[in-house]
Amino acid sequence: MENSRRSFLKIAGISALGFGTKPVLNAFASGGNSEKHEAEIQKNPAALKAKRWAMVIDTRKYKSEEDLKPIIEACDKIHNIPKHTNKRHEIMWIWIDEFKYVFTNQEHEFVDDRVKHLPFLVLCNHCEKPACVRACPTKATFKRDDGIVLMDFHRCIGCRFCMAACPYGSRSFNFRDPRPFIKEENKEFPTRMKGVVEKCNFCAERLAVGKMPACVEASNGAMVAGDLYDPESEIRKLLKNNYTIRRKPELGAGPAIYYIV
Amino acid sequence: MLELAIKGSKKYWVWILSLLAVMSIAFCFWLWQLSFGLGITGMSRDVSWGFYIAQFTFLVGVAAGGVMVVLPYYLHDYKAFGRITILGEFLAIAAVIMCLMFIIADLGQPMRALNVLLYPTPGSVLFWDMIVLNVYLLLNIIVGWNVIEAERNNVHYPSWIKVLAIFSIIWAPAIHTVTAFLYCGLPGRGFWLTAILAPRFLASAFAAGPALLILLCLIIRRVTKFDPGREQIQSLAKIVTYAIIINVFFFLCEIFVVFYSRIPSHMSHIKYLFFGLHGHAALVPWMWASMAFMVISIILLANPVTRKNEAVLAFACVILFIGTWIDKGLGMISGGFVPNPLHHVTEYIPTLPELVIALGVWATGFFVLTLLFKIAVTVKEEVSGV
Repeated sequence: MENSRRSFLKIAGISALGFGTKPVLNAFASGGNSEKHEAEIQKNPAALKAKRWAMVIDTRKYKSEEDLKPIIEACDKIHNIPKHTNKRHEIMWIWIDEFKYVFTNQEHEFVDDRVKHLPFLVLCNHCEKPACVRACPTKATFKRDDGIVLMDFHRCIGCRFCMAACPYGSRSFNFRDPRPFIKEENKEFPTRMKGVVEKCNFCAERLAVGKMPACVEASNGAMVAGDLYDPESEIRKLLKNNYTIRRKPELGAGPAIYYIV
Repeated sequence: MLELAIKGSKKYWVWILSLLAVMSIAFCFWLWQLSFGLGITGMSRDVSWGFYIAQFTFLVGVAAGGVMVVLPYYLHDYKAFGRITILGEFLAIAAVIMCLMFIIADLGQPMRALNVLLYPTPGSVLFWDMIVLNVYLLLNIIVGWNVIEAERNNVHYPSWIKVLAIFSIIWAPAIHTVTAFLYCGLPGRGFWLTAILAPRFLASAFAAGPALLILLCLIIRRVTKFDPGREQIQSLAKIVTYAIIINVFFFLCEIFVVFYSRIPSHMSHIKYLFFGLHGHAALVPWMWASMAFMVISIILLANPVTRKNEAVLAFACVILFIGTWIDKGLGMISGGFVPNPLHHVTEYIPTLPELVIALGVWATGFFVLTLLFKIAVTVKEEVSGV
């Protein structure tokens, strides 16, 4: 009894000493500047930056699905998007659909033939007020200061609240391990595991090294990305000179993908 | 008191072992889901929540419904319910445990579930749902256990228990309100985007929960020496009657708003559920059966002659329970996803593994319920000396 109490006190004393000295050691370890512990990550000087990233899709610059296929393929390849055989398990970051499905609130019986049969590109809208970010219980999906809505695949618990929240159907869930369904793996970008949600990331990884989004690059000028708050940017010029529409603006989410029809 | 749960008749053990058998089969299926992913379910990119979340939603209602025996006793001093408050509290415990299990079953990465605590996000309704459900579970365990222990020792329960009991009365509507807020605050889903959703959830909860309790009381009277009491059952029946009428009324309010305003994104879901959309009509017979069950139960319950006949009452409670289960446990969730935000119709039908896992969770709930009710009823038998 005596013995165990003594050893308890010993351990307690040593522990208290340890806890007490930790901050002191920290202060020394950081070279006298005890307030700043965090290492800073140096920004790539070549990185493309914007106050608010946005995209304009000029639908006059293409005619058929064939014209859009390279765009989708570029994205799929770079981001290791699996080609599932079961439609239920489908993963889509950027895909095509008809006007009446993309612009559910604009569709009418007498839409002109060109628009009626034209394929429209659909992707994450990188909303100003994203419903998905509001819904996520772990901040696994979040909005960056430059407007890009991203996913942390390692934090996502797979509750799919974001999928229910997204009014554009832009999110996909890994219903099974995607890796066996990736034709050619791009080692530069992570593959995902089963049970997490994913979506278009505006090619944040490419912007960081000074490249435009893969879809923009592959679009022959049909897609333009740029800074919405820079009056001199190319997309601002496009927005100024053309009438553009966005998907479901009435919901107030503030989608950042603009369409010239 | 736990020892009371392991002393039972042969029939009791047969029931316990059958539940355990179902639970272990379902557990194997869950392991399969864990290794393959949620792809073994019928869920898809378009219908991303299915049977699990629907069961969760329905059972939050059953849990909240338990308050309908607790409230009259503690707030209105309705003495008759003193006999059965414990049944309401123990039912709530079993129901909340099922809810939590269904959430875990629905997660793509269940081992990361604690991320919700590690990165608390008060802006997410799911964060609050986690809090309200766990607190409600804890409240019911503390109150229920202390009350039944005091009864066994022939003393009055400690006074602080009453404070917690009243707190749990306020908490019960909160769990179902927060659960409704999971759905009704989402901008692109016309079916759920209605302020009547939380009140509707509560009305159907206060019908389904007490209806199940009536059935459980009738079973207890038959298989044990404890009689929950005729007056108690009739009072519960009146509560169920009002609640189911209000539930149907709220539903009709929703129907009026949707079909008089004629906003397509709100109409299409109800059209899909009750008439089918673009040739897809998997849920149509179910939804009409649900409506028919609820209406017939209203007729049987509102009429005092049929309500006072316990055989008819039992029948009415069974169809009411099935009716509200179809409404919430089948139509409410997948109905919100069909059609999808681009107005494509992808139907959802739960798969066999999905149903087995769900059955396993129900079996676990009934397992917990059986143990708790066994304890409660044995104490009641001991005290009354029968």
